[in-house]
Amino acid sequence: MGSPEVLIEAQDIIKMYDDFIAVDGISFKVYKGECVGFLGPNGAGKTTTVRMMYCFLPPTSGVLKIAGLDVTSQCREIKSLVGVAPQEENLDPDFTVIKNLTVYARYFDISRIEALERADEQLRFFQLEEKRDVPIAALSTGMKRRLIFARALINQPQILLLDEPTTGLDPQARHLAWDEVRDLKKKRVTIILTTHYMDEAAALCDRILIIDRGKIIEEGKPAELVKKHVGEEVLEVDYDENLLPSLKEAFPEGDFERLGDRLQIFTDKPHGVFEGYLKEHPMQNVTIRTANLEDVFLKLTGRGLREE
Amino acid sequence: MTAPGIRKSPARFSLPKLTYRVGKVWQRNFDVFTKTATVNFLPSLLEPILYLLAFGYGLGSFIPSIQGISYIRFIAPSLVAIAIMTGAFYECTFGSFVRMYYQKTFDAIIATPISVEEVVAGELLWGATRATINATIVLAVIAIFGLISSPLFLFVLPLSFFGGLMFASIAMCFTAAAPNIDFFNYPSFLFLTPMLFLCDTFFPLTSLPKIAQAVAMAVLPLTHIVNITRAVVSGRVDLILGLNPTMLLLISLAWVIVVTVFFFILSINLMKKRLVS
Repeated sequence: MGSPEVLIEAQDIIKMYDDFIAVDGISFKVYKGECVGFLGPNGAGKTTTVRMMYCFLPPTSGVLKIAGLDVTSQCREIKSLVGVAPQEENLDPDFTVIKNLTVYARYFDISRIEALERADEQLRFFQLEEKRDVPIAALSTGMKRRLIFARALINQPQILLLDEPTTGLDPQARHLAWDEVRDLKKKRVTIILTTHYMDEAAALCDRILIIDRGKIIEEGKPAELVKKHVGEEVLEVDYDENLLPSLKEAFPEGDFERLGDRLQIFTDKPHGVFEGYLKEHPMQNVTIRTANLEDVFLKLTGRGLREE
Repeated sequence: MTAPGIRKSPARFSLPKLTYRVGKVWQRNFDVFTKTATVNFLPSLLEPILYLLAFGYGLGSFIPSIQGISYIRFIAPSLVAIAIMTGAFYECTFGSFVRMYYQKTFDAIIATPISVEEVVAGELLWGATRATINATIVLAVIAIFGLISSPLFLFVLPLSFFGGLMFASIAMCFTAAAPNIDFFNYPSFLFLTPMLFLCDTFFPLTSLPKIAQAVAMAVLPLTHIVNITRAVVSGRVDLILGLNPTMLLLISLAWVIVVTVFFFILSINLMKKRLVS
């Protein structure tokens, strides 16, 4: 195999609204067949970045190329290669479920017969066959999200942009969406995914970019990021000032983090170090778990709430 | 590669670049229209009948004649012109605003190979089509009432399309500026309603002072649509400002063409500015 093909390339992208900087000079590359997750708090610039990738928003400065095409001048070509599942529900309420897909296919110059075939195939996969001929208003939130996902695939895109595809889905529907993403990865479709669910990012993404305040603050493979920033294991106990000295003595290398009335201790020591301590100091309400991406996320972006 | 610098605003004023894809946006609206055709046809059918009954027969029975013709014959072409105006204007204000703002239909379409300009142009052509459909219904009604007296009446079809395009384009400028849907009450009351009554529709404009006639000719688009409709439906015109019929019709035609081209380009640019920022 030769060097991997770069499918998305961003170089110093800035997006400004009046005097607010939504995206503040980000650069990244996405290779063919990769699934890259964009993580970040609300208002971090994830959606703005995704929107620039399909020419919905023009960058204020910088170079953004999709499959070698420039977003400022080759929008038509880019949009024919890309499938978009936006965060916002924008299905066509004037049409039924099937007609939403076939009308959308028509925007891509897909023939009527081909459109119907593809649409029915998508409805089967997303288990919406029974809703084929009902109006959009009769769908639940989860069904609408599935239909938006299905619609994004109608032009058989090379690049798929999924902006919070599973927000509001129940676990069954979420796993259905995950299956579809994995299936598309096998077909070498390049996927950009923004999400607030760390388990989703860990399960699906080959690589993760953590974005905060319009900048990329960290990037890497999910497992590597966990190892690098929060280590292996976490001990969670009820916060008690009297306990602190003994814990600090037992785990001098540990990272201590107070979370309300709970205390978290992170360690990069191999599994089992906490069990030994607990045998000697029995405690109530103790949890030992593997460190995860959520720990990384909170560590890097802080615990304060973000408003949009 | 040149160093990436701050670019000029991509929404700068330009001539819209349009392709056949405009038709796909038109087709979307047409598909919705045919799905609910009966609901769409009824008001455009009932309204002119009510006008003819109330004004033509009711009020008209007290009016011996206007410029040598019966009152009902005077207002018949006006009803066609009014249908052109309201059909296009409401489609591209309330209709387009709902699709843009509430339904996010434009957002969905511009994620496909169709451009913002083409979406707006498709909406304008659809507005013109609505005007044509409505005008055709009114034309049929006045035909049934026996109120068509010129063999040129079929010219109403192209006239209603281009006249409709003019009103659609003007309407779309309001849509581009509208902060919310209630905003459309302003153009409705301050622009449409005055035109409905003052543009040679229900009484001859020639009965007003010259200055009022001049104002109507200068700034009220409906005046020109009424002039031309009157000519092709009734075979006569009102001699506004004492102009001869040919001159009057040439002025009206030129006025409609210039204003349509101007607002067509302007409205697409304003909408682009609103939608791409």
